[in-house]
Amino acid sequence: MKKSLFLVTVSAVALLSGSAVAGTLDEVKARGKLNCGVSSGTAGFSAPDAKGVWQGFDVAFCRAVAAAVLGDPMEVEFVPTTGQTRFTALASGEIDVLSRATTWTFSRDTDLKLTFAGTNFYDGQAFMVKKELGVSSAKDLNGATVCIQSGTTTELNLAEYFRINKMSYEPVPVDSSAEGERQYQAGACDVYTSDGSNLASVRASFKNPPDHVILPEIISKEPLGPIVRQGDEQWADIVHWTQNALFAAEELGVTKANVDQLADGSDNPEISRLLGREGDLGKMLGLDADWARRAIAAGGNYGEIFAGNLGDQTPIRLERGLNALWTKGGLMYAQPFR
Amino acid sequence: MANALTFPTREPHQAFRLSMLLNDSRYRSYTIQIFVLMCLMLGIAWLVDNTVRNLALLGKDFSFSFLWSTAGYDINQRLIEYDTQMTHGRAALVGLLNTVVLAVLSCVLATIIGVMAGVLRLSGNPIVARLTTVYVEVFRNIPLLLWILVFGAIMSEAVPAPNAFKGASATASMIFGAVAITNRGVFIPEPLFARDLGTLNLGIFQPSLNAVAVLVVVITCILVNRALMRHASRVQSQTGVRPVTWWTSAMILAAPPLLLLWAFGFHLGYPELRGFNFQGGLQLRNSLIAMWLGLSIYTGAFIAENVRAGILAISKGQTEAAYALGLRPGKTMRLVILPQALRVLVPPLISQYLNITKNTSLGLAVGYMDLRSTLGGITINQTGRELEGMLLLMLVYLSLSLIISGSMNVYNARVGLKER
Repeated sequence: MKKSLFLVTVSAVALLSGSAVAGTLDEVKARGKLNCGVSSGTAGFSAPDAKGVWQGFDVAFCRAVAAAVLGDPMEVEFVPTTGQTRFTALASGEIDVLSRATTWTFSRDTDLKLTFAGTNFYDGQAFMVKKELGVSSAKDLNGATVCIQSGTTTELNLAEYFRINKMSYEPVPVDSSAEGERQYQAGACDVYTSDGSNLASVRASFKNPPDHVILPEIISKEPLGPIVRQGDEQWADIVHWTQNALFAAEELGVTKANVDQLADGSDNPEISRLLGREGDLGKMLGLDADWARRAIAAGGNYGEIFAGNLGDQTPIRLERGLNALWTKGGLMYAQPFR
Repeated sequence: MANALTFPTREPHQAFRLSMLLNDSRYRSYTIQIFVLMCLMLGIAWLVDNTVRNLALLGKDFSFSFLWSTAGYDINQRLIEYDTQMTHGRAALVGLLNTVVLAVLSCVLATIIGVMAGVLRLSGNPIVARLTTVYVEVFRNIPLLLWILVFGAIMSEAVPAPNAFKGASATASMIFGAVAITNRGVFIPEPLFARDLGTLNLGIFQPSLNAVAVLVVVITCILVNRALMRHASRVQSQTGVRPVTWWTSAMILAAPPLLLLWAFGFHLGYPELRGFNFQGGLQLRNSLIAMWLGLSIYTGAFIAENVRAGILAISKGQTEAAYALGLRPGKTMRLVILPQALRVLVPPLISQYLNITKNTSLGLAVGYMDLRSTLGGITINQTGRELEGMLLLMLVYLSLSLIISGSMNVYNARVGLKER
């Protein structure tokens, strides 16, 4: 009896450790749902709407991946993460992809064993203050109390910026963007610092946005993008090329409205390859031929996603700026589909 | 014949059979224990093996070298010298000290609140007794995190901003011109010495020599005073008359420290509004106040119940006997009831102190930079060393708890029943 119990234990150990080796793609397919880590509520990037459906720029990207892999953009389980829990959630396998305005840095890429699947938003750290304070430059912030999200690159940039400008400050660490907003509005800090896009989103949610100014200084480069675990090249490729498909779709004029029509026939061979009419790009990726078509149909191309969540028509009113296509003076550039 | 009586006859030798491991009650308990131990070891081996495999899978190694790399982040409340260019290990130490300070402050306040509420709950005055009952039941039946968030919200939402103290139309003013309660924290006067002796270099800690000198003198005075008290007691037990000691005692306790403070040029540094915020004085940050009040008032409710139980555990006959001997109520409490109540009280008090220490790790909720927020939060996040960081964190909390538990057990042994 003892022997059989021992054997059961040994085989259970073997089974459990064996299951950890399977690829993320197979896991996601078997599960039928994509687990996507997002921020716990930032208007325009990821927040549940009145009906409880997650909406936003980061969310739309996860939906595109789910559409490409599983065929249904709604088959996503959104896992809210904080600045401090996001990498642990990814490393532990709780989420398959982290789409949470995370900055691509050297040490995160190498030391934290993350793989960045590309940049889908070029941002920079800025400061927001109340207009009544009469501050017009970040250089005037000596002695200020600054609310900052704990565990972010902004925390390090802030320390560095004040140090090289020989200014002092009092950090008030907060756990989430929502807590930062609350503290800032209550006046527990003079300044709220975060990525410029995040500040725009926060300001848009205030009762009277013009009462707050975002200072002109951009103190850092913040290339944001989706992340996967290091070591699963196939999954990294899928996430990377889904994102590229959205860029390419904007460049080629493929939109949510015309994607089905173009998939049935197009004069442009790159569109045909992208949408699976020619070649077998989908198969090379381990998916079917229609993967990119579904990804684009989920929320539109990159431009449509940007306009729908962050653009002029939304309360956040961000300009494309660096995030325009390379053909329009921006940095968004898809590697060729060939 | 005598030999046969002193030495018990040997049992008939029985050959050992394998089935005896289960059937023979002499061996069965060993079989079960060894089996359970093996299962436990297998479980541990599986956990370790799983960890090693998964680390290898992620391409991560196991190393504590991150503790010596530059931290790069700021910590607002620091008891020792720290800046962003120092190491993660140093940042963790700053966090640990913040944890300890919060734990000590909370243990003291919780004990005061708990003892008061516990005694008041037994009060003959029905209003007082009922009010304390309401306090105990409300606070111990709502999760601690909510109380911390409530106090955090009160401190940031309901008190004036520093600029409300500014100008002719100030809407807020400092209490006695010395204490400013703002939504950036409470600013209180700080002790300063005009004749500064510099700092004592103890490596990590660099306490002010003045403060050390004052502390040494105060402790010496207390020791001398205790010797005087012992002497008085000895005289009383020999002659029956206790010598009058109150004025010598007061002189011994008060005069040397006051003289020393005067010699050092002791004065208070008051906070004043400059620029964005108050400068000078001592800043008790909102996060500290919220944690301190939350922990103390919440745990105080539990301690109140322990105190009440401790007092009720002493039978009424003890009080009556003390009265019959002519002791007054104050002395009855001090000499008869409390020493016995402490025996019942100390063990549950230990676990409340342990709870406070462990619950300081909720500090992140209000941005208190304790060990959990520095080492267990930002450092882990910036370096990606979850496993090492968490292990270290567990080890530190375990050691802290064992130290508290150990020293409280020593105290318990001292107040405990001396059985001879």
